Amino acid sequence: MDKLPKWADVALIPLINLILALIVSGLVVALIGQDPFEALAIMVNGAVGSTYGWGYTLFYATNFIFTGLAVAIAFHARLFNIGGEGQAQLGSLGVALVCLMVPWPHWLIALPVAILGGGLFGAAWAAIPAYLQATRGSHIVITTIMFNFIASALLVYLLVSALKAPGMAPESARFVEGSHLPTAREVLGAIGIDFARTPMNVSFIVALLACWGLWLLLWRTRLGYEIRAFGHSDKAAVYAGINPVRITMITMLISGALAGLMAINAVMGEQERLLQDNVLGAGFVGIAVALMGRSHPVGVFIAAVLFGALYQGGAELEFETSIPREMIVVIQALVILFTGALDGMVRSPLEKAFLRFRRQPDKPGVPAE
Amino acid sequence: MNYLDLIQILDSSIRLATPLLFACLAGLFSERAGVFDIGLEGKILISAFFSAAVAALTGSVWLGLLAGIASSMVFSMIHGLASITFRGDQLISGVAINFLAAGMTVLIAQDWFSQGGRTPQLSGGARFSPIELPFAEALSGVPFIGPLYADALSGHTILVYVGLLTVPLTWYVLFRTRFGLRLRAVGENPGAVDTAGVNVVRLRYAAVAICGVLCGLSGSFLATGLAASFTQNMSAGRGYIALAALIFAKWRPWYALGACLLFGLLQAISNRYSSIDLVLFEIPNAFVLALPYILTVVILAGFVGKAVPPRAGGQPYVKER
Amino acid sequence: MTAPAIELKGISKSFGPVQANKDIAIRVMPGTIHGIIGENGAGKSTLMSILYGFYKADTGEIFIRGERTEIPDSQAAIRAGIGMVFQHFKLVQNFTVLENIVLGAEDGALLKGSLSKARTLLKQLSEEYELHVDPDAKIEDLGVGMQQRVEILKALYRRADILILDEPTGVLTPAEADHLFRILEGLKREGKTIILITHKLREIMETTDTVSVMRRGEMTATVKTAETTPQELAELMVGREVLLRVDKQAATPGETVLNVENLQVVDGSGVERLRGISLNVKRGEILGICGVAGNGQSELLEVLGGMRPGKGRVTVNGQELDLTGAESDARTRRRRGIAHVPEDRQEEGLIMDFFAWENVAFGYHDDARYQRGAMMNNDAIREDAEAKIAKFDVRPANCWLKAKNFSGGNQQKIVIARELERNPDLLLVGQPTRGVDIGAIEFIHEQIVALRDAGKAVLLVSVELDEILSLSDRIAVIFDGRIMGERLPSETDERELGLLMAGITDTDKDHSVDEIEENLAHATGKAG
Repeated sequence: MDKLPKWADVALIPLINLILALIVSGLVVALIGQDPFEALAIMVNGAVGSTYGWGYTLFYATNFIFTGLAVAIAFHARLFNIGGEGQAQLGSLGVALVCLMVPWPHWLIALPVAILGGGLFGAAWAAIPAYLQATRGSHIVITTIMFNFIASALLVYLLVSALKAPGMAPESARFVEGSHLPTAREVLGAIGIDFARTPMNVSFIVALLACWGLWLLLWRTRLGYEIRAFGHSDKAAVYAGINPVRITMITMLISGALAGLMAINAVMGEQERLLQDNVLGAGFVGIAVALMGRSHPVGVFIAAVLFGALYQGGAELEFETSIPREMIVVIQALVILFTGALDGMVRSPLEKAFLRFRRQPDKPGVPAE
Repeated sequence: MNYLDLIQILDSSIRLATPLLFACLAGLFSERAGVFDIGLEGKILISAFFSAAVAALTGSVWLGLLAGIASSMVFSMIHGLASITFRGDQLISGVAINFLAAGMTVLIAQDWFSQGGRTPQLSGGARFSPIELPFAEALSGVPFIGPLYADALSGHTILVYVGLLTVPLTWYVLFRTRFGLRLRAVGENPGAVDTAGVNVVRLRYAAVAICGVLCGLSGSFLATGLAASFTQNMSAGRGYIALAALIFAKWRPWYALGACLLFGLLQAISNRYSSIDLVLFEIPNAFVLALPYILTVVILAGFVGKAVPPRAGGQPYVKER
Repeated sequence: MTAPAIELKGISKSFGPVQANKDIAIRVMPGTIHGIIGENGAGKSTLMSILYGFYKADTGEIFIRGERTEIPDSQAAIRAGIGMVFQHFKLVQNFTVLENIVLGAEDGALLKGSLSKARTLLKQLSEEYELHVDPDAKIEDLGVGMQQRVEILKALYRRADILILDEPTGVLTPAEADHLFRILEGLKREGKTIILITHKLREIMETTDTVSVMRRGEMTATVKTAETTPQELAELMVGREVLLRVDKQAATPGETVLNVENLQVVDGSGVERLRGISLNVKRGEILGICGVAGNGQSELLEVLGGMRPGKGRVTVNGQELDLTGAESDARTRRRRGIAHVPEDRQEEGLIMDFFAWENVAFGYHDDARYQRGAMMNNDAIREDAEAKIAKFDVRPANCWLKAKNFSGGNQQKIVIARELERNPDLLLVGQPTRGVDIGAIEFIHEQIVALRDAGKAVLLVSVELDEILSLSDRIAVIFDGRIMGERLPSETDERELGLLMAGITDTDKDHSVDEIEENLAHATGKAG
C-alpha cells in the first residue's frame, strides 16, 4: 500500500509546502520593515482584483505553463532541464524570424508558422545538451546552464548586428501588422465583454492545448509510456527494448520546443519585436511550477496561474510599496526549496500521521494489503 | 602582444582565478563527501553582498569577510538540511539557493542602502590592499623572471595568496588525515562509513560547512578584492564555471588549481580584448564573452570522458529499506 | 553457568505498516556458532541490524555478556565487541585493504601513524586466523571471497568477539564456502561467538551448534542442530510441509532452438566479459548455467535478451540474430520469440512505480492488441492483465496496485506471467527465485518445467546450485567468461560443479582452497 492517500500526495503536501514558503516570505517582508499582511493584500488585489489584474496574471501564467511543461516532461524522463531560459530565448529568435520575414496577411496563418518556428528553435537549443547527455554522459544540468549563457550572448550579438533596427536600442524592427495576435480585450470585446487592456492574448489557449496534449502524450501514447518507464529505470527501459538515446533526445526536443513556444506569448503576443532579454526568468520559474505541479499538466496549470498571480502581484507591490520586484525571486526560491528540496520535511511526519490514523481500523477481519 | 602584455594578462588571470579557485575547492569538499552543490553561485553572491555591506557599514574589510563567510555558511546549512537531513534533491536545493541569493541580496541592499540593489563604493580599510611579496622591488630589474615575479605574482591582496595556499592544504587534509579518509569514504560508500561506526550525517555536514567557508572567501574576494562594491548578480556565473573546473579537475586539488587558472586566463583575455580583430574577420565581443561557457561544454563533451565522480554523489544516504 | 554472549528480549520493529520483528527472544552462548534460518523477508537481517545498531528497535532489550546494553548506533555495537559482515559488503571500492580496515578505527588525526600500526596488527591477525590478504591491494581489484576476508578482518581489527555474518556464502563457490566455515570454526575455538544468518539448510546442518528459525518476523523455534533434521527446519520455516525437490519427468529434447557460437562481450569499460561462449538449447529442454556471480552469466542473458551488444554467431530456430546493429534491441528479440525473465526484477523486469497492469504490457507495449489508432488501448491492457493475474494467482489480485506494493514472490509472478504467456520459443530466465518465498518458488519452478514440457527451450541462469541441479536437464558451468564444461545432472555433484565454477577442469584431482582462491581472485579481479 502507498504510504499516503493520493489526495494528500498531490494536493495536501504541495499546499503545505506553499504555505510554508509564503510564511517564510512573510518573515522576510517583516524583516525589511514592511507589513507582510498589507503586502499580501496588495498582491492579491493586484493580481485578481480586476480584469486588469487577471489579464496580466494569465499573461504571465501562459509563459509559465510553457516553461513549466518543458521542465515537467523532462522530469518524467528523469532529466533536469535547467535550460528553459536559453531554449525560450532561442524560441523568441525563431518566432521573431517568422514574424519579420513574411508579410503575414492574418494572424491565423502566422500563428501556426510561429509555433513551428519557436518550437524548432527551442528544440534545437535543447538538442546538443540532450545529445551529449545521451551519448557522452555529459551532465545535462551543467550543459543546459552553459547553454543559457551562450544563448543570451548569441541574442546580444544578433541584436547589435544582423537583426538590429535603426536607432539606439538593441532591438529588432517591429513585426508586421498581420502577425498581431488578438488580445483578450479584443476577443472578449467582440462578444460584448469589457476587459482591461492587457497583454493577455490567444496564446493562452495554445497553452491550454499544450497541457492537454502533454497529458495525452504521457498517459495515452506509447511514447509517453516509454518516457515514463525510462524515467523510472533506464536499465528496465533497455530490458523492454526502449532506446535510451532516442527517448532522451525526443524528450528533450519536446521540452525545448515547449520552452520555445513561450515566445509566441511574450514576443509575438506582447512585445511584437525582439528584445535582448525577453524571457525575464520565466525559464527558471518553470522549475518551480513543475515541482509544485508534481510534473502533471493539471498541476502545472494551477501552479502557473499561481505564479502568474505572484508576478503580477509583485509588480503591484513595487508600485505601491518600497519592496523591490526581487521579492518575487525570493518567494520563487522558497517555493522551489520547500516543494523540491525540503519535501521530506513535510512528507515523513505526514506519512507517520496517516499511518497512525490508518492503523486504528486495521483490526482482524479487515484484510491488509 | 609583447612580454609586458603577457605579464599583465597573467597578473589578471591569477586575480580572476582566485574566486573560481575558492569556489572550486569548496565544491571539491562538498562533492567528495557525496553532496552535489550547484548552489556555489548563490553562496558566492550572498557572501559578496554581506562582505561589501558590512565592510561599507563598519569600514573594516575583515569584519566584512567574517560576515560574508557567516552568510555563506547559513546557506550551506540550508543545503545541508535539505540534502542531508531531509534527503531532498541536491540539484533542486542548489537551484533554490541560487535564486534565494539573487533575490535576497537585492532586497536587503535596497532596504539598507537604497541605491538600486548595490552597496556604496568601498575604499581604504573597507577593501583588501595589495601585498608586496618580499624582494619584489629588488627582483623587478632582473630580466624575464623579474617582471613575472614583481608584477604577476606579487602585489595581489592577501586572499589571493590564501587561495593558492588552500590548494596544498586541501590536498593534505584530504589525503593525509583521518578526516580526509573518512570524507572521501563517505562520498564513495556512506554505508561503509556508517557501519565502521562513524556518523555519516555529521561528516557530511562538516564537508558542507567547509564548502560554506570557502564560498564565503570567494564571494568576499569578489566584492572587496576584485571589485570595490557589491552590484546586482555580480557573481555572474562564476559558481557554475567553478563547477565545470571541478569536473575538469576530476575532483582533485592540484588539477583544480590548473583548471581555475585556465578559466581565469580565458576571462582575462576576454576582458582585455573585447573583440579580437583577426585579419580576415573579427571575433565579436559576444563570442569572447561566451567562450568560457562554450569551452566548458566542449570539455564536458570530450576531454572529461572518463572523469568518475564520487560514487555516492548526489544521493542522500538512506539505510537499506 | 556462564552468561549468554547475547540475549535479546522482546525485540519488535516495524517499518511503516510492515512488522519486521515481532517480540523476538534469543540467547546465544559464548564460543558457539548459532544459526538463524528463515525465508527471505522473515526478518533475520533486520534483527541482526538491530543488534549491530544499524536500526533501532521499537521495543525490547539487549544483553551482552549478561549486561543490559543500549546499542543506538554501530559505534556502540563495536564498543560492545560486536562485528558484522553484511551481505552486501560495506567496503570503499577505490580504497586499499588497509585503508578500509582502518576507516573509523584510526589512531590519531593523521593517517601515517595509524596506517603503519594497522599494518602490523593486520599481519598478526592474518597469520593467526589464516586470513591472508594483500594490505595494499585496492578493493575493486579483489574477488568477492577476498573482499569477505577483508570484512572479517575489519571486525577482528576492532576486537570483535561476537561476529555476525549475513548470508555469507551467497557469492562463494562451494569450496570457498567450506573454507569460510573452517575459518569460523577456528574463530570459535578462540572463544569467539558467531551468528550465521542464512536461508540454506545445508549450511545450518553442517556448521552450527544451535539454530533459531524465523518466520514472518517471529522466532518460531530454537533447537540444537544435532537434534533436528532439514525437513523439520524447512517445515518450521514455511509453516507447512514442503517438497525439497522439483517433480519432473525426463526431458525429451527436440531440434535445436538456440545455438550460440563463439559469443564475445566487451563491457563499457573495455573489460572482456564473455570470451567465446558456445552452447545450444533444444526444444523441450532446460539448460542450466551455473557459476559464481560475476563470471559472465549476467552478460550472457543480457546479450541474448538484446540488452547489450556482442560479437559472434547466435541463431534462434536457424535464423541469425543481429548482435550489434539496429535490430539488436530487446524489442526485436521479443518479436523473434525470445522471452526474458531478467535477473533483477526490481531494476529491470518491472517498473516499480507503474501499476500492475502497466507492467503486464512492459516490453510488449507495442503489441498490436494494445493499440487503438495512435493511442494505447489501456482497456485492452487491463483486461489482459486481469486474466494473467488470475491465472498466475498473483496476490492481491488487484491490477491497480503499483508493482512496489507486491511481495517479492508476487512481483516475480507478474514477470513470469507476462513472459510465459507470450508462448515463446525460447525462455531466458535469470535467478527465477531470488528473494521469493518458498510457496512461490514451487509455483515458479512448476511453470518453468511446464513450459519445457510444452516443447519450448529454456536457458536458466542461477547462482543457487540446488536450483540448477533440480531444474536443469543439462548443466553448463561458466567461469571467467568461458564455459568450463557441460554435465548431466545425474552424472555430477556439487563438488565437481564447485571445482568447475572455480575454473578447475581436472576435477578428479584434489585441489587446495588456496589454489581455488587464487584462480578466482585472478578471474574476478580482472572482470570485476
